[in-house]
Amino acid sequence: MIEIVVNGIRHRFDGDPATPLLWFLRDELGLVGTRFGCGAGLCGCCTVHVGNDAVRSCGIALSDINGAVTTIEGLGANGLHPLQRAWIEHAVPQCGYCQSGQLMQAAALLTAKPHPSDAEINEAMTGNLCRCGTYPRIHAAIKQAASAGSETSAKPPVTTPENARVR
Amino acid sequence: MTAAEFHLTRRGFTFGVSALAGGLVLGALPLSAEEERASVAAKPELTAWVVIDPDDTVTIRIARSEMGQGIVTSLPMLVAEELECDWARVRPEFVSVAENFARKRVWGDMISTNSVSVRKSQDYLRKAGAQARMMLLAEAASRWNCPVEQCAASNSVVTHGATGRTVGYGDLAEAAARRPVPAEVILKRPQDWRLIGTNVATQGRLALVTGQPVYATDVRLPDMLYAAVSTCPAYNGRVSQFEYGGRLRSFEAQKVLKMPGVRHVVPVGETAVAVVATSWWQAKTALEALPVIWDEAAGAGVSTDAIRTTLQQNLDATDVAIGRRVGNVDTALASAAKVVTSDHLVPYLGHATMEPQTCTAHVTADRAQVWAPTQNGEGTARVVAQTLGIDISKVVVHKCRLGGGFGRRGLAQDWAMQAVLIAKAVGQPVKLLWTREEDTTHGFYRPMVVSRQTAGFDGEGKLIAWKTRLCGSSIFATLLPQAMRNGQDFNMMSGYLEKDLANGTAYQTPNVEVGYVMRNAPVPVGFWRGVNFSQNGFFREAFVDEMAHAGGQDPYLFRRALLAKSTRWLAVLDEAARRADWGHASAGIHQGIAIVEHEDSVCAEVVELSVAADGTIKVHRVICVVDTVFVVHPATAVAQMEGGIIQALGAALTGEITIDNGKVNQTNFHDQPLLRIGEIPRIETYLLPCGDATLPWGSVGETGVPPLAPALINAVFAATGKRIRSLPLKNHDLRST
Repeated sequence: MIEIVVNGIRHRFDGDPATPLLWFLRDELGLVGTRFGCGAGLCGCCTVHVGNDAVRSCGIALSDINGAVTTIEGLGANGLHPLQRAWIEHAVPQCGYCQSGQLMQAAALLTAKPHPSDAEINEAMTGNLCRCGTYPRIHAAIKQAASAGSETSAKPPVTTPENARVR
Repeated sequence: MTAAEFHLTRRGFTFGVSALAGGLVLGALPLSAEEERASVAAKPELTAWVVIDPDDTVTIRIARSEMGQGIVTSLPMLVAEELECDWARVRPEFVSVAENFARKRVWGDMISTNSVSVRKSQDYLRKAGAQARMMLLAEAASRWNCPVEQCAASNSVVTHGATGRTVGYGDLAEAAARRPVPAEVILKRPQDWRLIGTNVATQGRLALVTGQPVYATDVRLPDMLYAAVSTCPAYNGRVSQFEYGGRLRSFEAQKVLKMPGVRHVVPVGETAVAVVATSWWQAKTALEALPVIWDEAAGAGVSTDAIRTTLQQNLDATDVAIGRRVGNVDTALASAAKVVTSDHLVPYLGHATMEPQTCTAHVTADRAQVWAPTQNGEGTARVVAQTLGIDISKVVVHKCRLGGGFGRRGLAQDWAMQAVLIAKAVGQPVKLLWTREEDTTHGFYRPMVVSRQTAGFDGEGKLIAWKTRLCGSSIFATLLPQAMRNGQDFNMMSGYLEKDLANGTAYQTPNVEVGYVMRNAPVPVGFWRGVNFSQNGFFREAFVDEMAHAGGQDPYLFRRALLAKSTRWLAVLDEAARRADWGHASAGIHQGIAIVEHEDSVCAEVVELSVAADGTIKVHRVICVVDTVFVVHPATAVAQMEGGIIQALGAALTGEITIDNGKVNQTNFHDQPLLRIGEIPRIETYLLPCGDATLPWGSVGETGVPPLAPALINAVFAATGKRIRSLPLKNHDLRST
């Protein structure tokens, strides 16, 4: 039996502990905002947070998760994250399929570095692919969110295993 | 937050005002085709396109597909412009494929390929908006017992000029819907547009940044199972409409049936096998463990090296389709003072949509429903009906937002065929999802094409003859044989045809001949972003630079002279050169230029790059100037140009699909790389719509693609003196010697 906290809610799972987090989120919990792109940690579509870290959920087994998980559905739980507002303002998404992962990666960056340089943005976002070519807008939106949002408001609501609600 | 949002209902994906992801799981199976038609027909329509609720909500129907090109915003804008409704109350809604068939295609063509969505709908959508407005005005005039000319419509309100009385659209709509639809309406002049040409808030944007379920991969049905599929890895020809490669010989289902969650192992058509389980991870894990024997020996001789050789050897074949002929090119070349000739090549390219191929299906004894990321809803319905041998009236296609299309999901409906075959075999709803590896190795690739071009100049250096031969697999022969003429695919010559050259005024040459030799290799080919224009635009514009260089002329000025009679081309070319400050780049920066007309839009691009001593290319800036005739939503148009440029740049630098022993060598993003955020140059897009109401509206979605590769390699020549005649660039050594 595995216990895992997702977006502030504690879940129990008695299936295969080797199941990658992505498929637990999508097929067991129905949190389909986290999306499958490559299954090999090469595209970043499935990025979520474990604690404050951006993690490729397709490549991490449930048994290896050592913190609370936040998905795109939990990023804006207390109102839209500054990045989500910036994404809307810059009309970033085209097809939109990669954008959950882009946003989660960017949110982890701003938590670690509230005012990243251009080079730091590129370095942090280099593993997130976008086939529609929205990169210039992603870059601009991160810059704006970093300059608009204070340090505290840029942080996603982090749930620890201790303060999680049980469902 | 007032943005209209997507949500999933029993009728499939629609838009609503709720920001919640309610209806993530459907509590009951969706409506049948008959129920669906009944539920829609009950609404009072002002033409088939508009429904206005008593609360003033304006539902505008959308027939085309949304894959990131922004038509959920731009198509309703066209209706709303003439309807004179309050944009903040507009709610787009995808129309049902089944209903379009049942109502004799009242919403017209539903396809979104070839950049048609706006340019091929704009006239009837504006007309529908005007008709609906006239019906509302007529109803108001009738109530006030006054001539309709005394009433004016604006912002969802009708006003009586003399008395100042007002009535809202919501109050008028139900009665107005019973009035006759006026046959003739007068559309606004472009200078009177108030919505078209503005950057109104785009529809559905909140859903995309909050992870709401909008894609076919997000659908969840009661008792739904998940399928992973494996298709024979080796290509050796065609088995049926969408089946290529060796056949499935046998598999040992009992080896995996006891694995966790596994419910079924089923053959899929002639060439594939699927594992169906209670989660996709379980299905994929079992599929990897499944022993399968394929008949793949016949693929042994199939390779891109062998196909390339065949194409090159057939460039001068006599079974050639001639797409354009002016004068006598062979005679002129024989008499020319100077002759320049060169061969070019483009490789197979994959689509790499971020959402891999997927489709969810529920098939019962005599009917079927699918949830599909389709660019071609009617095509999906036809393929489902044909695959299952049922009447098309028994098929419901729920069109979902696509996680990328680029031509992969238009006429190639292999994923729909597979999904309904699997769902039929297991008798339960099934979500089919391909692995990235399956997606990369089983595409309908942009074809490998080779060209040979020969130019002849007279004693004064004037261009007097230009002969072009192309050779490659025909896309029409693969996916649209009914579009061929006399067994030939003239579409393969796009970019060289008179219609694609400013009606023959661009690059005027006294003697011209363009021919295509069809050689269909045993590898599936298909449409791609800017297909044919992107291959041929590369060949043509790369060769124009070679012609300029042969005469010692500047490539921009050389083009100028040959475009003197093509007003739109010249304006676009000049603006690109001006914006780029052509000829005055900083030290170490080199420029290349190209111009391509794509479906009535003209686009010129200037690439600025530097090449390091070790051969590393850095692209610093791309200038893009485009004349699409009119622009509906400028921000979207700019985003589409950026996207096209980035896709084309990645393809030109590293993109290729190669095949050995019938098998595609690339499998995932490590060996089929896409550009990353740090590799993107500064992109400056300038919209230069000519606004000529007598011209057909031009394309947007694909238009940025074709000029990029030639502008890039022309800049590489400026930097290194090396002529790149085959793509991708990664296969060339650009180190300084």
